Order: sequence, then structure tokens, then C-alpha cells
Amino acid sequence: MTLALFIGVLVAGGVYLVLQRGMVRITFGFVLLSHGANLMLISAGVAARRDEPLVHLSDLADAADALPQAFALTAIVIAFSITIYMLALAGAGKGDDDTEDRT
Amino acid sequence: MNSALLAVLVIVPLLAAALLVVMREPVALRRVILLGTNAFALAFAVWLVVETWGGQVLGHNIALWPDGIAIPFVADMFSALMVVVTALLSLVCSAFGVASGDDDRHYFAPLVLTLSAGVYGALLTADLFNLFVFIEVMLLPSYGLIAMLGGMSRLSAGRLYVTMNLLTSTILLAGVALVYGAAGTVNIAELAGLGKESPVVGAAMGAVLIALSIKAAVVPVHGWLARTYPYTSPAVTALFSGLHTKVAIYAIYRLYAVIFDGDSRYLWIGVLVMSATMLIGVLGAVGEETTRSILAFHMVSQIGYILLGVALFGPIGLMAGIFYLLHHMIVKASLFLSTGAVEVAYGTNELGRISGIARTEPVVAAAFLGAAFSLAGLPPFSGFVAKLTLVTAAISEEQIYAAVIAIIVSLLTLMSMLKIWKGVFWGRAHEDEVHAVSARKPGALLTHISPSLALPGLVLAAVTLSLGVGGQLLLALSEQAALGLLDPSAYIEAVIG
Repeated sequence: MTLALFIGVLVAGGVYLVLQRGMVRITFGFVLLSHGANLMLISAGVAARRDEPLVHLSDLADAADALPQAFALTAIVIAFSITIYMLALAGAGKGDDDTEDRT
Repeated sequence: MNSALLAVLVIVPLLAAALLVVMREPVALRRVILLGTNAFALAFAVWLVVETWGGQVLGHNIALWPDGIAIPFVADMFSALMVVVTALLSLVCSAFGVASGDDDRHYFAPLVLTLSAGVYGALLTADLFNLFVFIEVMLLPSYGLIAMLGGMSRLSAGRLYVTMNLLTSTILLAGVALVYGAAGTVNIAELAGLGKESPVVGAAMGAVLIALSIKAAVVPVHGWLARTYPYTSPAVTALFSGLHTKVAIYAIYRLYAVIFDGDSRYLWIGVLVMSATMLIGVLGAVGEETTRSILAFHMVSQIGYILLGVALFGPIGLMAGIFYLLHHMIVKASLFLSTGAVEVAYGTNELGRISGIARTEPVVAAAFLGAAFSLAGLPPFSGFVAKLTLVTAAISEEQIYAAVIAIIVSLLTLMSMLKIWKGVFWGRAHEDEVHAVSARKPGALLTHISPSLALPGLVLAAVTLSLGVGGQLLLALSEQAALGLLDPSAYIEAVIG
């Protein structure tokens, strides 16, 4: 339940920031949103009430599903690279980072 | 054929891209590697079609990991046909990029190759999470391409493009998480039929399908496409139009056929949404004033036609949809390339700023006219075969309204194609172009577009003509692909058998 509430807070904050006009705020919004999505992946592997999936260190019967954690790791790497790219885009424009259309 | 070879289609372009990042000289060799890799992929894809003829399905778990953990690669007739057209478009658009000077930027060639590797992976994988990863592999180079090439407005277009795609990818990822939570697997074959049987999996898959629909630019979430595609370079617009939205469409076909087993309870939503997409897309094009933005809105309209095929389901509906998908990828890229050739040579794509191109550039004008007639659905081009089978399918599934809308939209399509024809190709040549009268042959107007720039659009226009005249072959192939979707047991067996 804690995880579900936490995901809700992250997504709410992320949506609020993504709806702002500044590119840096949008980027931070996506950081929160991708954290939310990654926690959803983790929670799909029932991490809440099971042990860490470490071979030889935890009992296989009690261990959480390792596959969604691997998914989350992949998703974190992708989200990280796009965050860097978005910050570069924010810096590439003239003046400030406003996305407003000034034509 | 050894099905382990499927991975070659992803590995070779990625290796070539890595090589081109570090190897900056000589330029000629760089071009040979770029075009050669694409040509190799095309040859490989044709071979895949031969191997999957008659319902054969090739499947392989990468590195022979056990089912469930492995990355499964599968090729049946549908994915093989998609790979063929993808490879053809990458080859032709790369050639156009070389001719138009886009490849002066060192990163053009590696980014295009990485993009195509992502598309091949997304078309071949049979795992939802892997689909997400390959879609990201496809999108990351696109972010670079859209921000690197094009006019001044490319930066704001790039921001919109990144923001929209990242939001959609996040929804897709959340959908994949929900599917895993509900079913305990994200292997498409293991999920087969669960969307129909289990409402929880069905709802989770709904999130995945919504994300894919946004990526496919279905009305009412189509606005991003028309506001981003026209602002990069013509070669990149053509490449995006051919590949990006089509991967999402392919995934919608595949997932609805295998995981939902063609569940007829939800089909009415598809018919409704796709009819709206057809109509609103074509009406959006009316208000646009540049060639590429008109074509971008038409793409939205055509996506409605393509996805109407999956909304009709049934053997004729799927066959018509797949035929339409393949036809559309080729025709749209041809239109973007022939108007792009004019844009590169004359420096503008606004209607009315240039005219009389048909007199100075008869070859490009002929290529445009052929592809435009094909888009509108006139014989003898492939668009006629595509529309005829789709309308026949709609009538046989008793979706009369959808059939009527499809026919009305064809007329509107023809109208706005004529708008481009009138605004760019028809009329008298402007005065500044009359100054370009050849000095050696008085009276003859000088052609500005070099043959290498005109050829890509012409080749694709010739392909659509030959697919119209010899439509029987592609219809037979599409029928095999449709049968593979209607009865996915061979596909499932190839993945987890």
C-alpha cells in the first residue's frame, strides 16, 4: 500500500511539472514520472513482502521475482540518458528554456 | 534457415553505426557502409519472406536462454513483410540524405542505422518489455536527428517530440509493469488469449494499447505528429513517416491478434476511433500552407485507414489492413521525398512561393503525381487496390458508415493533393527561375534538381505503380500474413514451443 501511495504522489508531482512551460521543469517532471513507472515494475515482482533476489544469500522460496527488477534497471538507464538529452535541449535554445511558441 | 540468424538484422546495423561514429574519413567509404548496410538488410528481409512463405514461422531465443527470461526473436510473414519495407525505406531515405547533404553531419549515418536497428528489433521481438526497449532504441536516434537537421523551428519541434514520446514511453512502461503484475509474464506468446479470458490482463493491456495508439497518432492524440514532422530535414521526415508510427501500428495488430485473440467485444471502439481519425486527419490538412505539413496531416488520416483493418478483424479486414500498411509506408515516403527534392533545390516548401515546377522538373513532378494519385486511391496504383479491398472488407463486416467515410475521405485526399500540385508544380515558372534559362540551349529551362535527388522519390513511385499493376502478389502475401494473425498457433509454437 505504501508503494501504491508513493507511486501516486510521484505521478501527481510529475504530471504537475510536465504541464509547466520551462523545459527544465518538464525534465524534472519526467524524472518523477519515470520513478513512478519503475516503482510499478518493482511492485509487480512482489518486492514488498519478499526478500531480495540474491542467489545463495536468500532462500529462493522467499525471494522476490528478479525479472521486474532487471526491467527496472534497464528502464532507469534509458530514462537517465533521455534526461541528459532533455537538459541539453533546454540549454540549446536562445535565452531561457521556455517552450512557448514565439513565432 | 537457421533462425538464430534473425539477430543479424539488429547486430549488423548497430555495428555499422558504431564504426561510422569513429570513422570520419573517407566520406565515400562512409556512404558505402551506410547504403551497403541498408542494402544488406533489404536482401536479408527478402530472404525472410521466402523462408516464411506458406505459414512458416522462425523463432529463436537469443543466447538460448530458457523461455520467460530470454529475448525471443520471431519472424512470420507479417513481420518479414514489414522488415522488407522498412529496409527499402531506410535505403532510399539514406540515399536521399546523402544526395541532399544531410550526411555532411557526421552523426547522420550512425543515427539512421541505429534507428533502423531499433525498428527491426521491435518488429521481430516477441516480448513486451523488449518491445519497449527497441522502441526506445528507435526513438533515441530520432531525438538526435530531429534536433540536428532542419530549420530554426526544429528546436521547439524537437522539445515537443521528445516530451510527447517520453510521456508515451512512460505510459507503455507502466502498462508493461501492469501486465507483468497481472499475468506474471510479458512474453507475447505466453500471454496469448489472456486479454480475452482475464479482464485484469485485458485492462493492463489496454494501457499498452493506449500508449501505442498515441505513438501511432490516432485521433484524438494526433496533434503532436503534424507539429513536429514538418520541421526537420526532408530526408528525416520521410524516414520518420515510413518507420515510426508504423512500428506502433504493427504492434497494435500483433498484440490485438495474439493477446486479445481478436476479441470482438472491443472492435466497435476501433471502428469509431479510426473513422474519426480518417476524417479529422484529412480535414486538418485543408488549413495547412506548406507541402510537408499537408502531408503530415494526411498521414493521420491514412493511419485511420490502416487501423480500420484491425478494427474490422476477420480475414479480409486484416489482409486489407496489412496491404494498406505496406502500400502507405512506400507512398508516403515517396511523396515526402519528391516534395523534399523540390524543397532542397528551391529552399522553400510553402505553397505559392514557388510555382511551375512541373515545367522545370518534369521527373519529380511525375513522381509526385503518381504517388499522390496512389494516396488518393486511383487506379492503376497500389492505393486503388488497398482502398478497394478495405472498403470491400468494411461492407462485408457490415460497417457501412466506415466504408462511406473511407470513400468520402479519398475524395478530400485527392482535393488536397491537387492543392499541392496547384501551389507548387502547376502554373508559370517565377521570374527568378526564368533567369536560369540554359545559356547553351536558349529557351530551355534549367533543371535545379540533380538526378540523385530525384531518384529516391521516383523509385518509390515506381514501386507503388508496380504494386498496383501486380497487386496480386502482395495481396497473396498479405493474406498469408493475415492468416498468421487470425490463427497465431504457429507463432506461439515458434516462441515457446
